[in-house]
Amino acid sequence: MATNEASGTTYPRLVPAGDSAIVIELGSEIDPNVNDQIYSLVKTVEMAGLEAVRELVPTYRSLLVSYDPLVSRFVEMNERLAELVDRSKDRPDKEAEQARIVELPVVYGGDDGPDLDSLAEHTNLSVQEVIDIHSGIDYRVYMIGFAPGFPYLGGLDQRIAMPRLKTPRVSVPAGSVGIAESQTGVYPNASPGGWQLIGRTLAKLFDVSSKSPSLITPGSKVRFVSVKSHDR
Amino acid sequence: MTDNPSRTILIVQPGPMTLVQDRGRFGFQQLGVSVSGAVDIDALDTANLLVGNDPNAACLEVMLGGLEIEFPNAIVIAVTGAESDVTIDGVPISLGVSYFVHAGARLELGMAINGLRTYIAVAGGIEIAQTLGSRSTHLASGIGGVDGRALVAGDVIDLGEPSDAVASGLLLEDDSQTLPGSEINVRIVLGPQDDEFSGNGIASLFNSTYTVSDQSNRQGLRLDGPVIESKSGRYDIVSDAVVNGSIQVPGDGKPIILLADRQTTGGYAKIATVATVDLPRLGQAGPGTKITFSAITVEESQELLAARSERFKPENLASIVEQISLKVDGDDIVVGVADNGSSTLAAVERNTYPVSVEEYTPAG
Repeated sequence: MATNEASGTTYPRLVPAGDSAIVIELGSEIDPNVNDQIYSLVKTVEMAGLEAVRELVPTYRSLLVSYDPLVSRFVEMNERLAELVDRSKDRPDKEAEQARIVELPVVYGGDDGPDLDSLAEHTNLSVQEVIDIHSGIDYRVYMIGFAPGFPYLGGLDQRIAMPRLKTPRVSVPAGSVGIAESQTGVYPNASPGGWQLIGRTLAKLFDVSSKSPSLITPGSKVRFVSVKSHDR
Repeated sequence: MTDNPSRTILIVQPGPMTLVQDRGRFGFQQLGVSVSGAVDIDALDTANLLVGNDPNAACLEVMLGGLEIEFPNAIVIAVTGAESDVTIDGVPISLGVSYFVHAGARLELGMAINGLRTYIAVAGGIEIAQTLGSRSTHLASGIGGVDGRALVAGDVIDLGEPSDAVASGLLLEDDSQTLPGSEINVRIVLGPQDDEFSGNGIASLFNSTYTVSDQSNRQGLRLDGPVIESKSGRYDIVSDAVVNGSIQVPGDGKPIILLADRQTTGGYAKIATVATVDLPRLGQAGPGTKITFSAITVEESQELLAARSERFKPENLASIVEQISLKVDGDDIVVGVADNGSSTLAAVERNTYPVSVEEYTPAG
């Protein structure tokens, strides 16, 4: 059990989000260990197969369980979920090592990454060093949100952090890989955006015609692989 | 049926914005896919019930009226939601009643007088391809509906097969008014992050009158009014999931009520959540609508929802026209006429039509 020093809140805690959802908070900060516990909890709740559960939305440090109150009321759901939180703690804490790795081939720089040169300049690194650092680690997918298939990735090396563009682009091409402050990410679809674009992947990140529409899933890891061209 | 050509409707004029919506796209929020769906779910459910559709059937959601559509095939339809003048071939019809319309009939929807959104259900439902299990249109991500966009003049939309139960001249008993008027009291359940707010902040929420701003849309209602104070001066939290009716408070302290087209996650503290039964009225609340809040418990909110589910059932449908059997040239036919406020209906052989009469004296 963890306690937030500042607020005095004790975790885990279960709180209602209205009449059809309960939020299970396992912490208040971004923490890879807490995020691991969230994904073990997802597995525990899925395996329990509660009839009333409609949808699970895991995020950095909480899990939203939406349920049908006409099947199970709040008190009953709260009790069942509290039991599952307890049970989930006993699971071996090895989920992170088993995380699925999604490899994304990326062409860095040029038209695919128009901001790579200025990022290298800003960080006093060579272009190749930026590429090596960015593609050198696996990024944890803390959660997916904001837009279909948009991953919130953790673990960017602070040496290649850089503020957003002063003026956001009206349209960023799908598959663009960018950096904003200490985050890195990839745009699944064309959209406006202010991230520093360092490269691009042609991998189809979100496909509405598929039963598993998102290539990157919550709880997986993303590995950017530097390639010279998009031809493969 | 081979002798029945494919059934369609034709959009002659879409008005400011007409979207295909059903009850929403569930099951993909963990992948960042918004639920969307009808914002006035009561009006959607009523419309589908009136024409004998499955509750998950898709309808047209028309913002502010101004729609004109043509029915190339004879069909049963119903119009619900925002108060507005509706005509079939120039003859006024009532909201909340199912009608049989002839092939080639044209429906015209005037501007909304009270409320924002009108729903049009057709027997058999809109039968465009589903995207991720739903036909709802989410404009921001370009998913669902017709190519992820609002409808335009000239769109021809396929319809499904009507159910065997389809009938005209029906209304839903206890069709409780969901239209907001100029002031709404919204019932809310505190949380999930009410502990981020000071006593003064919570008091502001319950003791103030807020006004729906013109920066509101299907994604959410932005409210103007007294600032809601947080404990720490910060309003940001580590992003987590939101629900339909989450009341989040961003850095300016002015609450935003999230609606159907909300993103799946958000980084502002959420002081409370609207009772599901009060969401339809918010979906009809235009700029300038006054909003006050009162607290209820989760259990009370769930009781309201259970009571709601009893209302939207086929057994609560009633016929608006009292029909009588007549012998004409030795044949039995069933006829009836009824007056429903501004419109008049006639039933012939169990089909109820809108009719125009110069002079009509109700029986009695």
